[in-house]
Amino acid sequence: MNAENKIFEVPLYAYERSPDQDNEAAVRHPVVIIGAGPIGLGLAIDLAQQDVPVVILDDNDKVSFGSRAVCYAKRPLEILDRLGCGQPMVDKGVEWNVGKVFFDERKIYEFDLLPEDGHERPAFINLQQYYFEEYLVNRVRELQAEGKAIEIRGNNKVSAIGNHADHATLEVDTPEGPYNIEADWLIACDGAGSPTRQMLGLDFVGRVFEDNFLIADVIMEADFPTERWFWFDPPFNKGQSALLHKQPDNVWRIDLQLGWDIDKEEEKKPENVIPRLKAMLGEDVQFELEWVSIYTFQCRRMEKFHHGRVIFAGDAAHQVSPFGARGANSGLQDTDNLAWKLKLVMDGMAPESLLDSYDMERIHGADENIMNSSRSTDFITPKSEMSRILRDAVLDLAEQHEFARPLVNAGRLSVPCTYDGSPLNTADALDGPERTRPGSPCPDVKLGDDYLLRQLGDKFTLLTIDADAPESLDEDGIEVTRLALSAKADTTGMLKARYLGNEDSAVYLIRPDQHVAARRPSFDENLFRAAIRRATGKE
Amino acid sequence: MSDLNLKPNIAGADDFYAALLGAHEGLSKEDSDALNARLVLILANHVGDREVLDQALDAARNTG
Repeated sequence: MNAENKIFEVPLYAYERSPDQDNEAAVRHPVVIIGAGPIGLGLAIDLAQQDVPVVILDDNDKVSFGSRAVCYAKRPLEILDRLGCGQPMVDKGVEWNVGKVFFDERKIYEFDLLPEDGHERPAFINLQQYYFEEYLVNRVRELQAEGKAIEIRGNNKVSAIGNHADHATLEVDTPEGPYNIEADWLIACDGAGSPTRQMLGLDFVGRVFEDNFLIADVIMEADFPTERWFWFDPPFNKGQSALLHKQPDNVWRIDLQLGWDIDKEEEKKPENVIPRLKAMLGEDVQFELEWVSIYTFQCRRMEKFHHGRVIFAGDAAHQVSPFGARGANSGLQDTDNLAWKLKLVMDGMAPESLLDSYDMERIHGADENIMNSSRSTDFITPKSEMSRILRDAVLDLAEQHEFARPLVNAGRLSVPCTYDGSPLNTADALDGPERTRPGSPCPDVKLGDDYLLRQLGDKFTLLTIDADAPESLDEDGIEVTRLALSAKADTTGMLKARYLGNEDSAVYLIRPDQHVAARRPSFDENLFRAAIRRATGKE
Repeated sequence: MSDLNLKPNIAGADDFYAALLGAHEGLSKEDSDALNARLVLILANHVGDREVLDQALDAARNTG
């Protein structure tokens, strides 16, 4: 295979001179995003779809090198549907449900994710990050063709930032020299090493686990099934762990735990990587090494994500150890949470303080991810002798006894966070299912040939199930549209099971990010107007 | 006769496991071993039923 043909070698947004560079005074933009990774692009698309002009600056001109984030969960796929890029992801991605866990030389058990019926999107797909970014860039091009103001400036490296009361200033280096621009709102999506964070002198506190992992993309024709295989203490990597996962195009992702005291540069050399892989895959398996990287496990987050006119999202704001699909996935949930709030604030429809709820809700999400990720890491990499004894006992028991299997932690797979306790929630007034309590992301339901989440879209919705309500409601400029459904018409019973519970009818106020803001058995104008004000930071 | 439950029975298994590791945190190996011994005796007393305890002893001896 010729490396030059690979998608991550081709400039997708090559440098072009911007008129801003020839303007004497710094041009002011409503929103500038730093970083054209999945999170920056996702946010830009969300905003552009709502007619917010947006400029993305990236210090590079290509998609990510190597597979990097490979596992995408259902909720991010649903968000991508809203952004118009869910389908190419699912079409190209590899769907999987079965996982196998090995200990030493034995397979100790296997599991099936048993995805629940009635969801349009699968529980998980695997896809190289470079494809994901390519689909997002394609979507940006589509929006540009529709006349939306969305622009990616490649090889535009931000070298200085000023954070002011009502705007931010940026100095940008390009191949043709520096220029200055300003932004009403600056969103930093520039990754775990965020230069923006460093330029503003902001902290990034957390825990570094004393372990390193080698990750390799290997191209091979192999008949391993499409499953997630995880090894504790395998013969080919004694005392450590390993992971094998399939990606599209016969690319396999392999993670090998290396331990703490290693020479990273040495370990990355093909002459050291290839023998490790042969030991794992077998001497006879023909493979080609596409990409190798080494990372250190760490979990950190910023104390706050919202700093006046500069807002952080994705890995720039919080970093987790992998094994659980929590990096890119939680970053997309950040943008999902932020875009509609920013739009309302920019339009003067909500107070700036609405953005504090972004901090509150997504810090809650980040902490949940960091907790789960730390626990997985503690299980995979026991940090004391007793911790290892207990871990090995769990693995030994799990082979024969089902009870021990829920204790085996080789990565808890990402599920979306429920914003319990959010100031935007109205107290629950329905004897309904717990999974749709205020703060929850709406679970999908198959409705004939369509799906509920497609019908919810990205505006405030009044979802009525066998209940009366006006077709629309305008509360101080916030437009809420009714979606009327009937559980009686739903022969599958899913709508009742997911949204009614013990009740015969329900009215839900659903936010533009498809999280529940309020619910009651019936419509009450005053109560729902109050709930809308609350959900937009006005109460 | 009662049967030993070997099906999943702990709600919030991850929370429990984190609490178990937390109980051992900062202890020497010797102190950790002693903690485990006390824990076994406390749990055995809670179970009480000798038949169940015998089955548990068998399950533990025949694993690993």
